[in-house]
Amino acid sequence: MDMNTKKLKKNAFRITKKRYLTASRVRVPGGHMNAELLAAVTKIAKEYGNGTVHITSRQGFEIPDIPFGDIPKVNELLQPLIEGLHINQQAKDGGYPSSGTRNITACIGNCVCPYACYDTTAFAKRVEGAIFPNDLHFKIALTGCPNDCAKVRMHDFGVIGMTLPQYDKGRCVNCEACVKACKKKSVEALKTVNFKVERNHAKCIGCGECVINCPTRAWTRSSEQYYRLTLMGRTGKKNPRLGEDFIKWVDEDSIVKIILNTYGYVKEYIDTSAPGGKEHIGYIIDRTGFAEYKKWAMKGVGLGSDAELRETIYWGGVDYT
Amino acid sequence: MGYVLKTKDMDAILKKWGGDAIIFAPVRYAGQSEFSGQDSIRYGAVKSIGDIVFDEKSSFTFKEALLPLCETLFYFTENSVKEADGKEKSAIIFLRSCDLHALRVFDEIYLNSGPADYYYARLRENARFILMGCEKSFRNCFCVDMGTNISQNYDAYIKLDEGNVHVDNKFDGWTADFESAAQSSATVTPDYVTDTDVHVRIPENLSLDVMDSNMWTEYDTRCINCGRCNFSCPTCTCFTMQDIHYTDNGWAGERRRVHASCMVDGFTDVAGGASYRQGNGQRMRFKALHKVYDYKKRFGYHMCVGCGRCDDVCPEYISFSTIINKLEQGMEEVTVNDEK
Repeated sequence: MDMNTKKLKKNAFRITKKRYLTASRVRVPGGHMNAELLAAVTKIAKEYGNGTVHITSRQGFEIPDIPFGDIPKVNELLQPLIEGLHINQQAKDGGYPSSGTRNITACIGNCVCPYACYDTTAFAKRVEGAIFPNDLHFKIALTGCPNDCAKVRMHDFGVIGMTLPQYDKGRCVNCEACVKACKKKSVEALKTVNFKVERNHAKCIGCGECVINCPTRAWTRSSEQYYRLTLMGRTGKKNPRLGEDFIKWVDEDSIVKIILNTYGYVKEYIDTSAPGGKEHIGYIIDRTGFAEYKKWAMKGVGLGSDAELRETIYWGGVDYT
Repeated sequence: MGYVLKTKDMDAILKKWGGDAIIFAPVRYAGQSEFSGQDSIRYGAVKSIGDIVFDEKSSFTFKEALLPLCETLFYFTENSVKEADGKEKSAIIFLRSCDLHALRVFDEIYLNSGPADYYYARLRENARFILMGCEKSFRNCFCVDMGTNISQNYDAYIKLDEGNVHVDNKFDGWTADFESAAQSSATVTPDYVTDTDVHVRIPENLSLDVMDSNMWTEYDTRCINCGRCNFSCPTCTCFTMQDIHYTDNGWAGERRRVHASCMVDGFTDVAGGASYRQGNGQRMRFKALHKVYDYKKRFGYHMCVGCGRCDDVCPEYISFSTIINKLEQGMEEVTVNDEK
C-alpha cells in the first residue's frame, strides 16, 4: 500500500493508529449547520466507516475507520456538506482542503443565547471565508460574551463579544437591578450616585448584564458592535497559557485584518525546520518579541476611536521547558 | 365623523399637529430589547403614521407620556423653591382600547381621589387620545373578560389600511383638518376583538382571606422581583420621591418623582428602617389583589385591564392571568381551612 500521508492530511484525513484505516475530518465553521447536512455524515459513517461518529472538540465530526481506498467516494459524499457550509474548496468533489488552520469555533451566540452580544456563527463564517484554506497552524475561536463559553482564551485569537451600554437617565428609576447584577455577576463597574447610575468605563467589560437586567430600557445596547480580542492562548507540551488582552472595544473589520496580517508575519518568521513545518504562532512571537509582531499585526488597521490597544503583552502560563 | 385619507395627507396633519403637540405612539426601537439583535416596541415621539407600530403590542405603555418615568417636580435652594416648567407641547397619544380603560384608572387615582395631582393634571389637561383598533387579540391578552375590549371615549380612531388612513373623529378641534384632507367621508367604526385565547375568571366570593392561601408561596422562588410587570403595566400608578442635592455645594437641588414598583426592594421602606412584604410571594399577592380586588372595592370596577403586558415581559414566565385563575382554588383552600 502506497499512500502519501502529507497529501492525505492536507485533504482533512487522518493517519490513525489502525493501519490502512483513516478518519474523515468534517469542519463546521462556527459550529452551526442545517440539520439536513447531518445525513451526509451518517451516510459516510454507515457506508464507509464503522457506523460511529466522534463529535470533535473543535466543533466538527470525525468519521473513523474508513479504508484508504474509499477516500474518493467519501470526498464525493462530503460535497453537500462543503457546499452547505460554504467551505472554500479548490476542486469539486475533492473533499475538504487543508487542515493546518483549525476549524473556527464559536459558542451558540445571539441566535439563541440571551447573554451573547453578536451572531458568533456569522462572524466565524466571515473569518472562514477570509482565511481558508490555509496550511499554517492557527486556532481561532469566537464567544458571544465575557462568560467565554467557547474558551477563546485557549486560542491564538480569541474574540469576545461586547456591547457599549447606553444609558438613558430619563428612563432610570433607580431600582438598582443593574448595579446589583454588575456587582454580583460581573465586575462592579456601576455605582449609584444621586439616584442615577455611573458607569466606570475603564472597568466595564461590556458584558451587557446592565442591559439584560434593566426593567425600564434605561440601559440599551450600542448600535456599534464591539469585541475584545485576546492573543496567543495555547495548549500543548511546552508552555500552555491563557490568551492575553490585545485590543478592547475593537471592531469586526480590524479583527479580520489583524488575523490576515498575522499569516504574513508567520510566513516571514516561521522556523522552517520545525517538525512538519508547523510552529505555533505564540512560539514565534516569543522568539521575535511582541513589538515585532505588533508592527506586522497592525499594518493598515484603522482602529475606531473607542478601541484600547495594549502597549505590550507579557504572557504567563506553565513553563515545562 | 368618518373619513378616508391618503397616508401622505394624514402625515401632513400630523406635521401640523406636531407644531404644538408631541405625538406619542408605539415605535420600533431597532436592537433595543434587552437581548442583542432584537427590537423593542415602546412609546416614543412620531412624525409620520408610518413610524407607528400597529401590528404588535408595545411592551411599555402610554402612561409614560402622562407620568414620565422620571420627572423633576421642583428645584430648591436654601430659602426658595422653583417649580419645574411644564412641557411646552401637549400630548397626542395613540393607544389601544385596553389602554383607554387604563387611562380611566390613572384619572381616578391622580385627579379624582382627593385633590388633583398638579403635575399629572397639567400633562393630562390638553392631552388627546387616538384609538388604535385590534383586528385580532395578541398573545396573553384577556381584555374581553375584563370588559376593556371596546372604547368609545376617544378623540379619534385611526386605522392604517393599504396606503389609506381610516379615521373616526370625535374632537371638534380636528374636524377642519380632516374635512380638508379627506378623499371621502365614510362610516368608520373601530376594530375590536370579541374573544381572546386567554380567559380569566375572578371568583365572586374573592376576599382578603385568600392572603392565607399557599398559592403565593411558589412565587417566593419563581419571582425575581425585577418589577417589569409594574413598569409595563398601564394601570400601575405608584411613584416614589427622590431629593437630589447637587454635589458642588449641597445647598441646591431638586425633587424628582420616578415610577415605583411594589415588586422591587425598597417599595415598603419606612422611617426607622423597617420594610414589609420581604418575600416575593407576598409581593405578588399584594400586587394581584390590588389589581383584581382592592381597587374594585373602592372604585367599583377592576384595575387590571387585561392587556397581558405583565405576562409578555416577565423573564421568569410568570403569568398574571394564571394567577387570577388560581384565586378560585385559593379561596376554596382557605374556606375549607375555616370550616375545620
